[in-house]
Amino acid sequence: MLELKNVHTYYGNIHALRGVNLVVNKGEIVTLIGSNGAGKTTTLRTIQGILRPREGEILLEGVALHKLPPHEIVRRGVSQSPEGRLIFPRMSVKENLEMGAYQRNDASGIAEDMERVFKLFPRLKERIGQRGGTLSGGEQQMLSMGRALMARPRVMLLDEPSMGLAPILVDQIFDIIRELHSQGVTILLVEQNARLALSVADRGYVLETGEMALTGPAKELLHNPQVKAAYLGENH
Amino acid sequence: MQKSLAPSSNTSFLQRFGKVLLPVAVVYVLLMAGQPAGLEPGRLLREIISDPTILVQQLITGLANAAIITIIAIGYTMVYGIVEMVNFAHSSVFMLGTMVALLFMVALSGGQATPLWLALLAFIPAMLFCGVLNSVIERMAYRSLRSQPKIVSMIAAMGMDFILQNIGMQIGAFGKLPNAFPKDQSIAWLRVLGNQNPSPKSFPQVLPNINLLESIFGPDVVLRITPAEVVVILSAVILVYGLSWFVANTRPGKAMRAVAQNPAAAAMMGIDVNKIINLTYAIGGALAGAAAVMYGLYKGTTSWDVGFVNGLYSFTAAVVGGIGNIAGAALGALMIGVISALSNQLLASTDWSKAIVFLVLVLVLVFKPTGILGSEGGEKA
Ligand SMILES: Nc1ncnc2c1ncn2[C@@H]1O[C@H](COP(=O)(O)OP(=O)(O)OP(=O)(O)O)[C@@H](O)[C@H]1O
Ligand SMILES: [Mg+2]
Repeated sequence: MLELKNVHTYYGNIHALRGVNLVVNKGEIVTLIGSNGAGKTTTLRTIQGILRPREGEILLEGVALHKLPPHEIVRRGVSQSPEGRLIFPRMSVKENLEMGAYQRNDASGIAEDMERVFKLFPRLKERIGQRGGTLSGGEQQMLSMGRALMARPRVMLLDEPSMGLAPILVDQIFDIIRELHSQGVTILLVEQNARLALSVADRGYVLETGEMALTGPAKELLHNPQVKAAYLGENH
Repeated sequence: MQKSLAPSSNTSFLQRFGKVLLPVAVVYVLLMAGQPAGLEPGRLLREIISDPTILVQQLITGLANAAIITIIAIGYTMVYGIVEMVNFAHSSVFMLGTMVALLFMVALSGGQATPLWLALLAFIPAMLFCGVLNSVIERMAYRSLRSQPKIVSMIAAMGMDFILQNIGMQIGAFGKLPNAFPKDQSIAWLRVLGNQNPSPKSFPQVLPNINLLESIFGPDVVLRITPAEVVVILSAVILVYGLSWFVANTRPGKAMRAVAQNPAAAAMMGIDVNKIINLTYAIGGALAGAAAVMYGLYKGTTSWDVGFVNGLYSFTAAVVGGIGNIAGAALGALMIGVISALSNQLLASTDWSKAIVFLVLVLVLVFKPTGILGSEGGEKA
């Protein structure tokens, strides 16, 4: 469904992605793990069109995304809960969710999806009129994910949903990710918490300084000695 | 248990005592040096108490001036809110708006006296012209510079300002327009720039210069409101409410707020950020066009340089109110309008009014650097 072929992305002269290949199939959760600065966020921003690859192709069901501006990419079904959440601090929870559906104009479908988001995150319904900036970190993460769902995406990109959250909240968020998986949402999940990510994912990729080091079914990666040593902590 | 009683080293002396010392210093200077300017608190207080209508009358005048400043200021504040750039060309877009409004009125009156409906109709061409102009300027001059440091676009904006002023001079030299002043009063050096006669131009007088209160309540009323004041204030109220509604409730309005608050996130939501920024310029320009018609109706004259003072007041209003904030622009404009009207009335000479206005505004910024309604990082459109 989503396919990256030999993608190279630069920040000025910094060669951040050095030929990334990646496939996400329909209904899958695929996780992209790697240490700080490996290029995970860069990969998601490149898929979304915020950054342009200098070389390579990004295809969504055969359509070349890398030639489209970000708003066209969203329209074709790619949405994102970005690193740092980036919710709109002075817009209400409801308005933030509405912005997630910006590219849609099926009012009844949007209302349906809003209800669906509130079912997944009852907290957001309680806070519906509150400004995004006044929410707690966990609530902001929920809002950011809910907002990405409002696009009714074909592929949802999740960048470090566990970042900065207390363990209980992390568990809650990952329960929701499993729930979304069971509803058939296709997800590309970026995580530093490799153990957690591999436990929910179907397949995984390991990114090292802009290059794919390893790939395989999540269960295999969990037991791969290299992955264990580098990302899971040997003594666990 | 080690709790130091000494203030932490990163709060400077001024930060700790500035709040107290500064007002004391200002009051002292005003009492000592204010005399020649007629700033004698005792006399002023006596005058106001003995005849409070002076105060009210000046508030009315201030309100009418503030109405025009507000509408121009919103153009600065919206653009700043969304791209954090001061569009220095905005004042000249306003100036060209006055020219377009005047040309429209003169051209369509066919030598007859301009009827009121025609003058009010001028809102449409002036707003259209200025909106399109600002949008074209953004597209041609600023967009490709947006990834550069902000100062680069601001310099481009200054250049654009000069270009527009020169166009204004050319239009000002256009023979069909009635001159407000005799030719010899036009500034000599302008001819060096190749203009025959860019002197101020008169707007047709479409609103009678009468006291509406007198026509309603009879000859005994002490206060005075002219039809032009009513039209100008009403226009501003309609525009501010209309714009606030637009920004709060419509899809493009919400997109404008989203882009102002976080452009990267807005792009990820599928908002065409370039388009929304351009729309913001267009709306700001259209408002400058509306302000231009209001200015023509109220002041009755224009010239290639009306952008300067009005732009300065408006930009200051935007900053003092809290840049990026529409209500702040109105509040800042109100302060400027009222303070200058009051000091015109109460001081020995109107020459001091601008100094007083900016003194108050600087004081506001000393105590609230983000402006009255501004928050950290700007409230933003
Ligand atoms: N705006 C930028 N300008 C220049 N270099 C950047 C920029 N953003 C990221 N980089 C560099 O690109 C590389 C990849 O960064 P990226 O943010 O994609 O890493 P990441 O895998 O998401 O890391 P993290 O786990 O810390 O989020 C890093 O070396 C980083 O320093
Ligand atoms: Mg990252």
